[in-house]
Amino acid sequence: MASITLNALAHTYTDNPTKPEDYAIREMSHVWEQGGAFALLGPSGCGKSTLLNIISGLLEPSHGEVLFDGKRVNELKPEERNIAQVFQFPVVYDTMTVFDNLAFPLRNIGVPEYKVKSKVYEVAEILELSDQLKRKAKGLSADQKQKVSMGRGLVRDDVSAILFDEPLTVIDPQLKWKLRRKLKQIHEQFNITMVYVTHDQLEASTFADKIAVMYNGKIVQFGTPRELFEKPAHTFVGYFIGSPGMNFFEAELKSQDDKKEVLMFGDYEISISDAMLTRLKAMGANKVTLGIRPEFVHVWDGKNNDAFPVEVDYVEDLGTYKILSFLFQGQVMKARLSEDQKVPSGQIYVSFPEQWTKVYVDEYLVDVSDQAHSEDPKKETGHAN
Amino acid sequence: MQTKVENNKAWFLVLPVFLIVAFSAIIPLMTVVNYSVQDIFDPYTRYFVGTEWFKQVMLDSRLQEALLRQFIYSFTIIIIEVPLGICVALMMPTKGRGASLALILVAIPLLIPWNVVGTIWQIFGRADIGLFGAFMSSIGVDYNYASDPTDAWLTVVLMDVWHWTPLVALLCYSGLRAIPEVYYQAARIDQASRWAVFRYIQLPKLTNVLIIGVLLRFMDSFMIYTEPFVLTGGGPGSSTTFLSQALVQQAIGQFDLGPAAAFSLVYFLIILLVCWVFYTTIMNMQKDK
Repeated sequence: MASITLNALAHTYTDNPTKPEDYAIREMSHVWEQGGAFALLGPSGCGKSTLLNIISGLLEPSHGEVLFDGKRVNELKPEERNIAQVFQFPVVYDTMTVFDNLAFPLRNIGVPEYKVKSKVYEVAEILELSDQLKRKAKGLSADQKQKVSMGRGLVRDDVSAILFDEPLTVIDPQLKWKLRRKLKQIHEQFNITMVYVTHDQLEASTFADKIAVMYNGKIVQFGTPRELFEKPAHTFVGYFIGSPGMNFFEAELKSQDDKKEVLMFGDYEISISDAMLTRLKAMGANKVTLGIRPEFVHVWDGKNNDAFPVEVDYVEDLGTYKILSFLFQGQVMKARLSEDQKVPSGQIYVSFPEQWTKVYVDEYLVDVSDQAHSEDPKKETGHAN
Repeated sequence: MQTKVENNKAWFLVLPVFLIVAFSAIIPLMTVVNYSVQDIFDPYTRYFVGTEWFKQVMLDSRLQEALLRQFIYSFTIIIIEVPLGICVALMMPTKGRGASLALILVAIPLLIPWNVVGTIWQIFGRADIGLFGAFMSSIGVDYNYASDPTDAWLTVVLMDVWHWTPLVALLCYSGLRAIPEVYYQAARIDQASRWAVFRYIQLPKLTNVLIIGVLLRFMDSFMIYTEPFVLTGGGPGSSTTFLSQALVQQAIGQFDLGPAAAFSLVYFLIILLVCWVFYTTIMNMQKDK
């Protein structure tokens, strides 16, 4: 068990990297605390698996350091790091029985046979493999094989961390949910640091206490599912988390005749706090991106002079709620309607509560709330780019 | 409810295969069967002799010895070539220019015609002008494949190993390349030793190519003719006379077509039987219990 620190880490697969795009992992620092259940969430090709392989030692990073409990492990091979990793596709040792498969990592490190036995039975019990133990692994179905692969990751309870690389891809949806719960239970029981890579936000938020969202080789936000939802630190997080994702639109800072600056989207003024205005002015940012979650867009039932008149495009009924698409100054946006809300048509009025209207400059959130003074360094480097 | 339409036209599609197989295998084989049960003096003077030729060849001590020799030879070279082939395959580089170079180097012996291989080793092993023979005598070993049966055997086996280990190696190499990288990664995570990786990942994944390799090597070596014929001519004495050579001596040398035909059939059945036993054993071993 260990905390894992990534220090100024970067990785490239090319020999002579020149531009940022040559890097699979762009320089980042990050800490996975001991005992946490974390998810690493991001789209395909954002560097999630690369990062995982660097932690486990299958890949040596081209720049920076990996530290386990503050000790540099860059040069250590995976077998020396005492780490468990479960891969996307099942890996079983065909000729061995399920029991021998599960016992394999323990026998390799010379655990006495009576301990091997009890541990294997325990893990098999958790994964519901007990009645399969005597079978050859070769004849198992894909999801049973994956359970065996996961089991091999779980048998050693002294590992520094267990890394999961989209382990439930090949598993049936129903079983998926169950296994995810199991992993969570195992985590609570043994208090092992777990890092779970996925591109599924639901999977990430059911498993993890804290989620790291990765985009273009960088962790753009690390926070609880709620933080990611309510306060996306990067436009990508807003877009990627939530279904549908955040609405984004470009607004411009313009000075009125009375010298007061306002934020304009086309013909309309978007209200934001004075603190934000001051901040934007100080930053010298004229063009900003505004983001608001469909859940927070307020749809008025009747005419409202303080709200913006928009054109209804269409309404999707998703069973328990409806998604309204509307055109605001020619831009498509979405709002979530609750079940009992009446379905609007034609011209309607919407407003964006100031609290939920997030301001982004160069893709990163500009935060002026209380916590904002403890700016995290990622944001600053973001501006510099 | 009867919806099936009776239509036997499909048989016409199979007909070409029947014809080809008939001309390539069945008719020649039947000719041999025909010879094996008759005593033929000339095309018009022939007598049906039943199983007499079979009895005769089965009791022929010369052929029995050749058969025994043949089995020892085939198993010797399989025991050497299979592990050696696996080792070579494991050592071959998998990436870059080295990989292609290694492939070409390993494949070279396979490209050389059988009789040339015999000739190469005949010269190679000579003590006066051959590198191998000269080397052996220079380190004080009295080596002469033309007069000493042990040396002759050694040379024939060595020649076969040199000629055919590359086949096993290439088969294994292709099998090894087909193993996904993630298996090796998982093994590293599981802290498996190099031996465990070989035993539990590489070897199981090689089973299928090894079955083909062993079958091919058994059949080919069991039918070996050209190389020992060129190298030793079956001698000294009859120490390296294998089955096919004994057969040819009988059929062409003495023109005993009847016994030779009977012998051919026995020969054919032995190969078939051994291959079948081998194949079923391996397949049963692989089954999930």
